[in-house]
Amino acid sequence: MTAVEKEQAVQAPPERRPGGGLRGRFGRLPWPARTAIIVGCVVLAYGLPYVGYVPMIGPQIVTQGIDWSSALFSISYFVLLALGLNVVVGYAGLLDLGYVGFFAVGAYTVALLTSPDSVLKTHWAWLAAVPVAIVIALLSGLLLGWPTLRLRGDYLAIVTLGFAEIIRIFAESKPELRGDRGFGGIPHPPGKNGDGTALFGVRDARPYFWLGLTIIILVILAVRNLDRSRVGRSWLAIREDEEAAAIMGVRTVKFKLWAFAIGACVGGLGGVMFAGYQGFMNSSTFQLQFSILVLAGVVMGGSGNIPGAILGGALISYIPDRLRGISDPLLNTDLFQWRFLIFGVTIILIMILRPQGIVPSRRRAMELKDRAGEVAPQ
Amino acid sequence: MSEPHVESTEWEDESVRHRVDEPIATGPLLEAPVHTPDPGSLLEVDNVTLRFGGVVALDQVQFSLRQGEIFGLIGPNGAGKTTCFNAMTGVYRPTSGEIRFKGRVVSGLKKHEITRMGIARTFQNIRLFPEMTALENVMVGADAHHRTSVVGALVRGPRHRREEQQGRDFSRELLDFVGIGQRAGEVSRNLSYGEQRRLEIARALATRPTLLCLDEPAAGFTPAEKESLLALIRTIRDNGVTVLLIEHDMRLVMGVTDRMVVLEFGKKIAEGTPAEVRDDPKVIAAYLGVPADAA
Repeated sequence: MTAVEKEQAVQAPPERRPGGGLRGRFGRLPWPARTAIIVGCVVLAYGLPYVGYVPMIGPQIVTQGIDWSSALFSISYFVLLALGLNVVVGYAGLLDLGYVGFFAVGAYTVALLTSPDSVLKTHWAWLAAVPVAIVIALLSGLLLGWPTLRLRGDYLAIVTLGFAEIIRIFAESKPELRGDRGFGGIPHPPGKNGDGTALFGVRDARPYFWLGLTIIILVILAVRNLDRSRVGRSWLAIREDEEAAAIMGVRTVKFKLWAFAIGACVGGLGGVMFAGYQGFMNSSTFQLQFSILVLAGVVMGGSGNIPGAILGGALISYIPDRLRGISDPLLNTDLFQWRFLIFGVTIILIMILRPQGIVPSRRRAMELKDRAGEVAPQ
Repeated sequence: MSEPHVESTEWEDESVRHRVDEPIATGPLLEAPVHTPDPGSLLEVDNVTLRFGGVVALDQVQFSLRQGEIFGLIGPNGAGKTTCFNAMTGVYRPTSGEIRFKGRVVSGLKKHEITRMGIARTFQNIRLFPEMTALENVMVGADAHHRTSVVGALVRGPRHRREEQQGRDFSRELLDFVGIGQRAGEVSRNLSYGEQRRLEIARALATRPTLLCLDEPAAGFTPAEKESLLALIRTIRDNGVTVLLIEHDMRLVMGVTDRMVVLEFGKKIAEGTPAEVRDDPKVIAAYLGVPADAA
């Protein structure tokens, strides 16, 4: 067999067959083209704060009622949370309804370590508190996961729901955590502009958005690497048939715990960003709706894949913000008042028209098709 | 079984005999049971009983497998063959008795630990990971011996790359070996029934087992497909893997196994070479049913 023949023989079975549609066409492009497209997207993403200057389309995109940069920042941390929750729900198939709990752990750690209101009086810088907050969020993920990951499906969902409520009620009732009064004076991220003013100030939200975007890109790279390794395979195998996975040698508890811990880490990171931007936080930030909203984003975007999580996370933040400052023609009130109605209808429409999510994962789309067959009358 | 009475007296005799044997068989100084002095035994099912509430699924079952043989576990539907498999692979824990693999007690170990020790299995009702490709399915099995950590995978470290490459190559080889190499990139739910059965064998082999347990691998196969499957099983054995084969089709199993055990209603009713078992009146009775006066 010549070398060429060998080469052909090795390459003959295609590893993945990208189907039709945008994703399939993208997958078939040569790698320089794919890289160029990705770089282009990243550049465009960093340029989003200036989208308002684009003629015609720009003014339609930017939010009216609130500062566009602030809206972008809030999109960025929702996207981050959606990415983290996607690891838990989308990849490992563990329904986590208490994701806001980890967000709270991250935010509270930063507040306790940095705020002048904190009993610790450590007055750390924001950056110094970041690694500590991430580690504590990770530990809280392990702590919650260790006893509960023996549960499945609905039971796990209820326990995680309880976890988030415990964190919130704890924050409300424990004097050291200051309940509704909250923590003020949380320092912003470090950095100076050329003219000596702080890079991360109160007026301009753009640097926060760029910081968030950078963190998002790092998280995407990390999650993608995991997905394309034995870790990702183990998660999928667990989601599809946990017992068969265990019999094939997958350490199910270990990998489920890791999924939980990684999700918790990313959630904690979201809390850290939030605290650094707001400078103030209290217990009312961490309502249950928050978890549900992020979960809705993941499902809406297309659970089990990264582009879907990004889109879903962005929409749950963007849609309500876009509605601000627009008056409706009937009652002449701010459309923002109707946000839950409009938002809910949007989600219902997406679920009817595209139940696998806006950007379906190849696998999830097939699972749903399969289940549709189960439900449909024979 | 229109007249179970006569048969049941026979089983009781059999179980009594086992009980008499018991103190000798499980004496603390004797690792191997007395009835199998064979030093080459790989797996010992030692007096295993498994109850679910009042139902006795396995009743003092005892047999052992030698390294390098093809061993049949046969019996009519509901005889306890799959239950026996499940006890070996850690799905169930025996109520009493022990299962030893390479001299180590298996009962009570975690499923993945048993797999790492070298027992792999397929399922009677196919249990692949349906949305993963054929290749990915096999790679899950190959991962059983991989040591890449989560952090290693995160940063795509050297071990991750090496193991990923090895796992991929090995999995492709296995797919070729079972004859579905050209389907590597296909999502496993889209494979034909026969291909899925073969994929299950490839996935089990990917865990590098010493003992491969096949649970009715030929169920629903045409005679021609059965023939080529038997050839595959023989090749697997010739590659040094001991094979335990569950089957209720006697004819199929006669042609390929070296020795076999026959179960009925959770009890062992016969053991020996195919020729010995075939002529055993209890086996004939179990398979054909025997009128009370003839037994």
